[in-house]
Amino acid sequence: MTTTPTPASSPAPAAVPAGSGPWQLARAELRRRTAVKVSLAVVALFLLMAAGAPLLSSLAGWSPEEFDKTAVDPYLGGRPLGPLGGISADHWLGVEPVTGRDLFARVVHGAQVSLLIALTATAIVVLAGTAAGITAGYFGGRTDAVLSRLMDLTMSFPSLIFMIAMMSVAKDVNRILLMTAVIGLFGWPGVARVVRGQTLSLRHREYVDAARVGGSGPWRILTRDILPGVAGPVIAYTTLIVPGMIATEAALSYLGVGVRPPTPSWGQMIAESVAFYDTDPMYFVIPSTCLFLTVLAFTLLGDALRDVLDPRSGRT
Amino acid sequence: MTLYLGRRLLAVAGVLVAIAAVTFTVFYVLPSDPAAAACGKSCSTDRLEAIRAHMGLDRPLWRQFADFVTGIFTGRTMGSGQYALHCAFPCLGYSYENSEAVWDLLMDRLPVSASLALGAAVLWLALGLSAGVTAALRKDSLTDRALMVGAVAAASLPVYFTSMMLIYGLIRTAGLLPYPQYVPLGDDPLHWASNLLLPWLALAVLYAAMYARQSRSSMIETMAEPYIRTARAKGLPRRTVVVKHGLRAGMTPILTLFGMDLGGLLAGAVITESIFGLPGIGRLFYGALSTGDQPVILGVTLLAAAFIVVANLAVDLLYAVVDPRVRY
Repeated sequence: MTTTPTPASSPAPAAVPAGSGPWQLARAELRRRTAVKVSLAVVALFLLMAAGAPLLSSLAGWSPEEFDKTAVDPYLGGRPLGPLGGISADHWLGVEPVTGRDLFARVVHGAQVSLLIALTATAIVVLAGTAAGITAGYFGGRTDAVLSRLMDLTMSFPSLIFMIAMMSVAKDVNRILLMTAVIGLFGWPGVARVVRGQTLSLRHREYVDAARVGGSGPWRILTRDILPGVAGPVIAYTTLIVPGMIATEAALSYLGVGVRPPTPSWGQMIAESVAFYDTDPMYFVIPSTCLFLTVLAFTLLGDALRDVLDPRSGRT
Repeated sequence: MTLYLGRRLLAVAGVLVAIAAVTFTVFYVLPSDPAAAACGKSCSTDRLEAIRAHMGLDRPLWRQFADFVTGIFTGRTMGSGQYALHCAFPCLGYSYENSEAVWDLLMDRLPVSASLALGAAVLWLALGLSAGVTAALRKDSLTDRALMVGAVAAASLPVYFTSMMLIYGLIRTAGLLPYPQYVPLGDDPLHWASNLLLPWLALAVLYAAMYARQSRSSMIETMAEPYIRTARAKGLPRRTVVVKHGLRAGMTPILTLFGMDLGGLLAGAVITESIFGLPGIGRLFYGALSTGDQPVILGVTLLAAAFIVVANLAVDLLYAVVDPRVRY
């Protein structure tokens, strides 16, 4: 959708009427789109769910690690009682087979773990990537060469294999912390490349040269003149890497090297539900749907943000 | 060209050594003692020391690394006396678990992973590119919208979800396909393909969606170029304009993606292989993790890195073929 050439990421040209800066224009353009509203609503829903997890599960009456033997049938291999995996007024999304743990509580707490890891990893990636990209692009020369080689090297790592290996070798560490660090470790070159390219195109614009002539130091130029110029693409790119992070977290947990039970996470729930896909398909469907919807919503939001904030770059 | 190739090959070697060093440090420094594991519970200190010496674990880390790297190029003899083991030319060490050479283990499994990756690649290129180009040529039409909505949705499906759906729908319910069981291509090409069809599909859905999105935007950009207008103005058939002028130039970003994706998959699709029970490198790796078999972990990581780096090099060289504007 390159038909909307809103020059939001470039510094506001003089022709724009007063009172409608680039950010206002971008916001108006975003508000026009239905996909944005829907995906924003879904993202907000899951964020609220994650943030209010303890509150929500106490409202529903079950904690995520509480067993309910009365909700499963001991004679049928622990299959949940009632239709659709035991969905009832008591258990809103049904229960886990065998243990009878409440799925609503587990999904909500799983959202907390999954989103916490994904968003923190994204923050690390974006901060590191922006810092590296802006440095490489602005200072050029040997700094650029070293940083660019480092980016190439990081991108040549078989990242998923390496992540799995690191997660499984390190035994007695905080799993959530380790996972965030490991996932964040391999994402920064992507951001850095985008920022570096943008910085290269900005660093000899007239207003930057003017600031340099006016006696601004590199730190001031970088933060005051360059950073606002790269902010648009960075925001768009950030939203687009969140779904990848969520998917990676889920994949690692799915493979059993993520967070350890009994802490719930979506990927881990899906992995456990695979054994029951024949007898209790709802157990598989519920966490999968949550994962799918979150990833989809972030992707749609990122697409729209990129169309508006970074109209020159193509779709990925 | 030769100079360029030489420089690039040197860079490839450098990257591989760097990756080996990082991997080596991470996995050998982290607390775990394979010698103690090999020795068992009732283990005397003398015996433990002997095993350590045999495995070369008593030497300083940099020596171990240097031995490892020279071993890859020249082969090496591990241990001494009656327990000495000779590890031939591309020596990646011996598996702690079953004392087989890591290189042989990898080469045993490679055909499975390569079959999976290459088959899926053919499928996703065909699906993704045709969807992307169709959407680009009918930009903003209903077809375009439908294809792109489908692509976004498909790109949000994790591979294990797609796999489970395919297993449930096509194997359990419809009974159309057998549960995948790897048959070597040389034995029976037909069964090879029919058994791999599901894993191919499962992998291809995700990648096809990404390629459709990428090729759509790339084609839209290319088709707006002045030389496309010129080609049209010359009265060339639409097909020639789209395929020979448009697609060829629009392929460059796709080629970059393709190199990385294929390179990454050749050394094993861990999730897909474990869901479908295919005995590829991904499964080997996954098994090695649970037993802490470090030489195998290191070997798989290096092989995967080698595939990625070589695929990227191949892609850069192919640029010159695909895009006449690129010269080395």
